[in-house]
Amino acid sequence: MTFDASDQAIVRALQSGLPLVPAPYAHIASELGLSEAELVERLDRMKASGIIRRIAAAPNHYKLGMTSNGMTVWDVDDGQVTRLGGIIGALPFVTHSYERPRALPVWPYNLFAMVHGSSDGEVEDKRTQIAGILGSACRASDILYSTRILKKTGLRLKKAG
Amino acid sequence: MRPLDEIDRAIVNRLQDDLPVSHRPFAPIALELGLEEDALIERIKTLLELGVLTRFGPFFDAAAMGGAFCLCAIAVPSDRFEAVTELVNAHVEVAHNYERTHDLNMWFVLATQTQEGIAITADAIERETGLTVYRFPKLREFFIGFRVVA
Repeated sequence: MTFDASDQAIVRALQSGLPLVPAPYAHIASELGLSEAELVERLDRMKASGIIRRIAAAPNHYKLGMTSNGMTVWDVDDGQVTRLGGIIGALPFVTHSYERPRALPVWPYNLFAMVHGSSDGEVEDKRTQIAGILGSACRASDILYSTRILKKTGLRLKKAG
Repeated sequence: MRPLDEIDRAIVNRLQDDLPVSHRPFAPIALELGLEEDALIERIKTLLELGVLTRFGPFFDAAAMGGAFCLCAIAVPSDRFEAVTELVNAHVEVAHNYERTHDLNMWFVLATQTQEGIAITADAIERETGLTVYRFPKLREFFIGFRVVA
């Protein structure tokens, strides 16, 4: 789809979040000098084309008791990573899973799977289950716990120009 | 932090679902949860102030706008951690940043409007910090279906 200057202005106006008023789109539209109907139409188009994945809340796992967050990483045989990644990604306790390039020699891992739980023990159990599925296709693995959120803002567009 | 009550939990769970674009988007959810519209909006404000929600609004996909995302990592010496955090976070392209338990102890996501923006920003961070920025762009995405149950 075309993504024009008005769309950019809309993204910029909404990137820090939706205004918390009963009619947030009317509020944003008036700030941007658009009609509410036009804004709604453009937002629906952005949703249809995938520019907006969803309009929703981002919860803070820590404050919801999910205090253990492990990024499990695996060095998986290149010929099998696509098939095995699909299996790992479908596990109910895996929230995001990606194949990424290695950075040898410091980083031999090519499969990433995020696991969240209420304790390190729970996350370790889940890691063991993943290891069982990967079996001999996996040469090495590690788990990186997140100990602090340093920044979490979502996407920010730079000012135009 | 004050403990969350059942209404707060219901709001956190419900708001992780996509909210249709409409004139009064909060009204149907308030009705569903048995709240007044204003009371729901006040609760959402409070959940944001408490940090239970980090953000509420559209999730934009930089890649669909012609932009790019890249996971990056740095091995930061512990005595420089706070200073490097400041230098990295000062870039608007840094969407989120986590401290993690590894020699590579700082992991952040760059979101830029162009493909070239990733290298430009990562190179700038290398110059400013004198540290290598390892880059791990996704080659394939297996699943994204994250929900936290409050």
